[in-house]
Amino acid sequence: MLSNEQLERYSRHIILKEVGAKGQKKLLNAKVLIIGAGGLGAPAAMYLAAAGVGTIGIADADEVDLSNLQRQIIHSTQDVGKAKVQSAKETMEAINPDVKVITYRTFVDSESIMDLIKDYDFIIDGTDNFPAKFLINDACVMAKKPFSHAGIIRFKGQLMTYVPGEGPCYRCVFKNPPPKDAVPTCKQAGVIGAMGGVIGSLQAMEAVKYILGVGDLLTGYLLTYDALKMEFRKIKLPEHTEDCAVCGDHPTITELIDYEQTECEEI
Amino acid sequence: MSEIHFDEQVDITDVVCPVTFVKAKVALEEMDEGQVLAVKMNDGEPVQNVPRSIKEEGHQILKLDTNDDGTYTLFVKKVGE
Repeated sequence: MLSNEQLERYSRHIILKEVGAKGQKKLLNAKVLIIGAGGLGAPAAMYLAAAGVGTIGIADADEVDLSNLQRQIIHSTQDVGKAKVQSAKETMEAINPDVKVITYRTFVDSESIMDLIKDYDFIIDGTDNFPAKFLINDACVMAKKPFSHAGIIRFKGQLMTYVPGEGPCYRCVFKNPPPKDAVPTCKQAGVIGAMGGVIGSLQAMEAVKYILGVGDLLTGYLLTYDALKMEFRKIKLPEHTEDCAVCGDHPTITELIDYEQTECEEI
Repeated sequence: MSEIHFDEQVDITDVVCPVTFVKAKVALEEMDEGQVLAVKMNDGEPVQNVPRSIKEEGHQILKLDTNDDGTYTLFVKKVGE
């Protein structure tokens, strides 16, 4: 049963036909893992906490740096030097004491990821480097976990959603990480602060819709956003690729790969 | 005046908008189709808005009785799952 305080806190949700008390209870019982407490993870974590997602895991090995604060709105000036996961936990718990936050102060790699994702219903990729993105994709395909991919750089952002058996995975579309230094990191290229807010919030929206079981997810599509042109494009992706190295009919990738990690910080 | 039989009741006189409607909606969600809910509410804003919101959800408003003490009781038949 929802308490009177919860009825009030979540009233704008419960009023919605698509949510109701039943949907709110689904959110309260749901478990979402956010990998990366940076530009994307910050708004995603805050909206999911506010929405009453009952268990939120957050993984990041870094400490809060002054240069993070231009976009990573879950951290404050007083948090500089603090572990990002701790700072993120404090903000989420301040927003909503209903939420249980589990912190993982670790770099996600092939050794740790399967254990990390196994208890979660949905995973949000808030990382900014290709090795991590391919690792998260491959692990989620192998563990049959739905996840939201996103990336942001300069004035652009993109996202797609993977649900097992319902469309292509990230590797179906992008095959392999680009050559080292072919694509600049956001440390080198820069990123406009609100981009994390736009795209990370859309990731939170996908997680919420998945949990509620309402609407159409971004499976089989890549949504791109160009802030300078103020254009969103929803690009239809090829169907599940039979020859995909990880989710295809005869996968050649059966063990997780740690691609060489270029020097990079969380976006 | 014949009494209406009801299956469940909820008192929303102790809360304000929008929790008034929320409490009524939550009570209806937990009932079966065709069952009747009695909602006790204050005069004024709740009487003006709660019956309308419940109707918009697709339920059937049966009757609104005054309790002659500044409160009303609304009888609603649940429609749908």
